[in-house]
Amino acid sequence: MSQYLVLIYEDESSYATADEQVMGEVMQAHNEFGEKNASAFVGGNALQPTATATTIRGDGAGGFTVTDGPFAETKEALGGYYLVEAADLDEAIAIAKQVPARFGGVEVRPVMTFE
Amino acid sequence: MSTAGSAIADAVAQAHRAEWGFVLAATARMTRDLDVAEECVQDAFAQALTAWARTGVPDRPGAWLTTVARRRAIDVMRREVLFRARLPLLVEDSVDEDPAEVAVAAHAGTDQDAVYPDDRLRLIFTCCHPALSREAQVALTLRLLCGLSTAEVARAFLVSEPTMAARITRAKKKISAARIPYRVPALAELPQRVDAVLDVVHLVFSTGHTAPTGSDLMRRDLVERAADLARMLHRLLPGNGDVAGLLALILLTDARRETRTAPDGRLLLLAEQDRGRWDRAAIEEGLALVRTALRSRPPGRYVLQAAIAAVHGEAPSFTKTDWVEIVALYDVLLQIWPSPVVALNRAAAVGFAQGPAAGLAALDELAAEPTLAGYGYLPAARAEFLARLGRVEDARLAYAEALLLTENEVEQQHLSRRLAELGSGRGHGAE
Repeated sequence: MSQYLVLIYEDESSYATADEQVMGEVMQAHNEFGEKNASAFVGGNALQPTATATTIRGDGAGGFTVTDGPFAETKEALGGYYLVEAADLDEAIAIAKQVPARFGGVEVRPVMTFE
Repeated sequence: MSTAGSAIADAVAQAHRAEWGFVLAATARMTRDLDVAEECVQDAFAQALTAWARTGVPDRPGAWLTTVARRRAIDVMRREVLFRARLPLLVEDSVDEDPAEVAVAAHAGTDQDAVYPDDRLRLIFTCCHPALSREAQVALTLRLLCGLSTAEVARAFLVSEPTMAARITRAKKKISAARIPYRVPALAELPQRVDAVLDVVHLVFSTGHTAPTGSDLMRRDLVERAADLARMLHRLLPGNGDVAGLLALILLTDARRETRTAPDGRLLLLAEQDRGRWDRAAIEEGLALVRTALRSRPPGRYVLQAAIAAVHGEAPSFTKTDWVEIVALYDVLLQIWPSPVVALNRAAAVGFAQGPAAGLAALDELAAEPTLAGYGYLPAARAEFLARLGRVEDARLAYAEALLLTENEVEQQHLSRRLAELGSGRGHGAE
């Protein structure tokens, strides 16, 4: 078995303007996803919006620059992730298709293993 | 080289063409590493040159090559285990072959497929996995199923050899790191996954049928590889209508190969081709496939395209072609595949069914289609109908526009000649 990180990219403004009913549906969809894929589930979290992000880079002179905002500005931003276990990419894609992402989509990345 | 030596070289070359994919697929199943498998298969073909000169060409070259490649793979794998940790291996459902099954098959075997299971379907589904880019799918298919060298694949798709080598390496790395499985997809996924495979084979065919640039209209090698792949898929998935449809399309289209250019290299349109020199055997085979494939409901894109090619194949002459039937088939095709290029072909067929004015009107409806901007066949078709209508100046402009949009020299010469002939009142037709 291998681990895959499913990164959820969605339009943050859609969440900002979503009403309670929509938010309730999203929560429920994630709960259902978690229950249905409990055996594959390794971990996962939702993230605060990119407005809360802070980016830190080395300045090349031994110091750091710390700036407000995400690493890269994109219309659809990383908003959460699941870490899942799957036999192969087909199985990981089958799981990823079930991850709720009504305002965007997901990216699947194999986790590197070191032997 | 002696005559015997060159006969052996020919036998090895022929085996390379016919058996490469089979041998590689069977070896990859064992090594579960594409690079190691390729290395071992190359080695087996090199050994064949000397061994066959000594012992003669074996009855079943594919089985011989597979045995040698797999024996070599065992050595390589032993070494690899000792010296370095490998990348993740190809994933498949059942890694181990049932030794009893193989032994029984070997005894019963009159054909090599019984000795080694045919893993080429696994291999092509891995090469054409949707997680790989289309460019990578095509490159891997030509390299791993057809045994083309990186240089040959690069030449076919007009990129430099280092670019193509990097593309193939990247794709193989993704297969291994992301664990793209080495298996035939489950039934529920199959139709979609077969579509991707067929699109790759069709892309190889169309690239060969009209080379995007260069002095030759066709790239025979690519057409033949596409035909080989379609035939292999048809043998492995005999009940699949779309597979039969693509094989039929390739056979029916390629049946005209000898007549598409004049002896001086000039492009000959469908109307000008000598139908007596069409490959009747290929047409008959294509027609039979179309008839069967049309029974699958609903018929897919390649089946309908093949059906259109079949109408041409059966027509005694260009003027006696059933253009009404062709327009009707394009109408159905447009419903399942609403592509502007299909709409363009339909518009051209309307022109032959109902006259140049109707054809021109149908073409002009497509003028605003953004995906056809830059597509040379639109102004070329307009020019033909404008010329037939006697609108010489408009036709001149349209030919000039079409000329700017093709880099194939045979097509350029054809358009230039048409442009020069304007006003001479000679007959016209579409290819």
